[in-house]
Amino acid sequence: MNLALVKPTMNGTAGDVFVAARERLPGKGPVAELRQTAFDDFAQKGLPHRRVEEWKYTDLRVLLREIAPLAAAPDQAALDRARTTLASLDVIGAHRLVLVDGAFAPELSDTASEDGVTVQTLRAMLENADVAARADLLRTSAASDAMISLNAAMATDGVVIDVAENAAPGKPLHIVHVSTQSKTAAFTRSLATIANGARVTLIESFVAANGTAGYQAHDSMVLWAGDGADVQHIRLVEDAPDAANISTAVVALGERTQYRAFNLTSGGAVCRYQAFVRFGGQNAHADVNGVSLLNGRQHADNTLVLDHAVPHCTSNEVFRAVVDDSAHSVFQGRINVHPDAQKTDARMMTRALLLSDDAEADNKPELEIFADDVQCGHGATTGALDDSLLFYLRARGLPEKEAQALLIQAFVGEAMESIADEALRDVAIATAERWLAARG
Amino acid sequence: MALLEVRDLQVRVEEREILHGLSLTVNKGEVHAIMGPNGSGKSTLSHVIAGKPGYEVTGGEILFKGEDLLEMSPDERAAKGVFLAFQYPVEIPGVATMTFLRTALNAQRKARGESEYSTPDFLKKVREVAASLNIPQEMLRRGVNVGFSGGEKKRNEVLQMALFEPSLCILDEMDSGLDIDALRIAADGVNALRSSERAMVVITHYQRLLNYIVPDFVHVMSKGRVVKSGGKELALELEESGYAQFEDQAA
Repeated sequence: MNLALVKPTMNGTAGDVFVAARERLPGKGPVAELRQTAFDDFAQKGLPHRRVEEWKYTDLRVLLREIAPLAAAPDQAALDRARTTLASLDVIGAHRLVLVDGAFAPELSDTASEDGVTVQTLRAMLENADVAARADLLRTSAASDAMISLNAAMATDGVVIDVAENAAPGKPLHIVHVSTQSKTAAFTRSLATIANGARVTLIESFVAANGTAGYQAHDSMVLWAGDGADVQHIRLVEDAPDAANISTAVVALGERTQYRAFNLTSGGAVCRYQAFVRFGGQNAHADVNGVSLLNGRQHADNTLVLDHAVPHCTSNEVFRAVVDDSAHSVFQGRINVHPDAQKTDARMMTRALLLSDDAEADNKPELEIFADDVQCGHGATTGALDDSLLFYLRARGLPEKEAQALLIQAFVGEAMESIADEALRDVAIATAERWLAARG
Repeated sequence: MALLEVRDLQVRVEEREILHGLSLTVNKGEVHAIMGPNGSGKSTLSHVIAGKPGYEVTGGEILFKGEDLLEMSPDERAAKGVFLAFQYPVEIPGVATMTFLRTALNAQRKARGESEYSTPDFLKKVREVAASLNIPQEMLRRGVNVGFSGGEKKRNEVLQMALFEPSLCILDEMDSGLDIDALRIAADGVNALRSSERAMVVITHYQRLLNYIVPDFVHVMSKGRVVKSGGKELALELEESGYAQFEDQAA
């Protein structure tokens, strides 16, 4: 590794972070080699900044400045604090898989077996020399990206989920990331392999133990959904107000696969969620929806790349951002329709609601179409609450904040309606209600 | 004490004076019609009474039940019993009519220190009023006014009026955009709400509406003032002679 390359762009810290952490990163031989290669890639690129097109609106050199040192393995006190945090989660009745400060916590996770579901930890698999392709656990098919490389270099743990063919587990699988150590970084990587015909709901939550501040959660989710699989994928980002959450999802879909994703961001100071969804089989459908509820100085970036690589697939994105105070919402949605992907139907609609003069929203929809028999559409709007609607509600007796709240709920409601699971939809709605109540 | 007392009201919109000293007294139980040509300030008066932003009151006062109405926010006015039936009711996608009605009614009751309506009582009341106004239940499940015809929107206004039981109803050009049948249904709804405890101010350009909602008093507005007041026969007189005679009077 060439530290000289790192220093000018990284304030000298990233290389130190890797060197300091290396002894604690699971996996020898090919795994360690892959980590080194991945880190070299990161070191060469440095933290993404505004001149990197994909990161134009989310300059991590300004927003993040540096990578925090790797969190220590959680001790008993950390686990106890995490347990307290788990007790207050909105999502109940799911099969919990808990990662505390980047380490799987079996004592906080559900151990009862779910029909057709196998769960292993990334750490155990990386350390198991009998797993011939263990280094592949750190690879993705996504294009080279500094933060994906950093995650591969530093990932300490995660869950590796296999759902058997035609399985339909009775409970959603809920991966909960709990941070308990201030000013540290956790690097996690999870893989979900959903075999043909399986039907599963996957939830990811990001939370912090009370009082945990200034931490960074770096996560990757590699999801493969086979032919005819039906996958609901919900993300709930409720990090501490001064935390960073840099997450990537790399999703591959088979034939007739139904993939319905929803990302709700209400926490964190700096959030980036980048999802790469690739259609690899015909007649598949993807909904990739989301809502961001931002205030203070929060910055939340949702970046989606959809690759329609085969014919006869449909996709729909509905994204809403509510931006108060001096918060900043970013939405980038790119749809690539490959030359053979005839009969693609791809729609994308993003809307931002600005609640203050200092709020900012950047919407960047992009279509790149190489097939000639497709239907693609996108739209983007940014605006304030409609004064005539507000006056109508107030003339009917609703105080200003209540009138605003009703209109904001309606604004995000359209996206939240897409959550098929009623209990999870209620969780999303409750999050929005809490957010609105906190506005006073 | 008068229910509504408008004294020498002067109102500007973007530096232009619209009302130049308008006075009007409305007592409980009375129905007043305000007529006048386009641009005479009729709708401005209704908006200022309801508290719509964008109007600058530069002189005069409005007392409602003896209190200074201009000091109150629009929602406070609603809770005190002021109701404006909009000329163009807005569509609010994503807010179900039932949710809106319940939220608004309970907000008003809360502001008055009253207990919230129980859900069965609320539903019963809405169903009764809706039935009398020929409003199907299906309409109440839709977003507020979303996809409603002009007549349905006006009936929805009357439905709210019946539900909120205001002491002062201001009907701003209720007849605009309505055919005779739709007008009759809406007017019947309004007439059912006439009572000795409630006053109405009916703003209209045409005499036609006043065949259905018969006023006790008629005021003619021109160029931001009331230029003539009289009984219901004044409306018929206007129908004959038009507004031209008053344009000179106001000048």
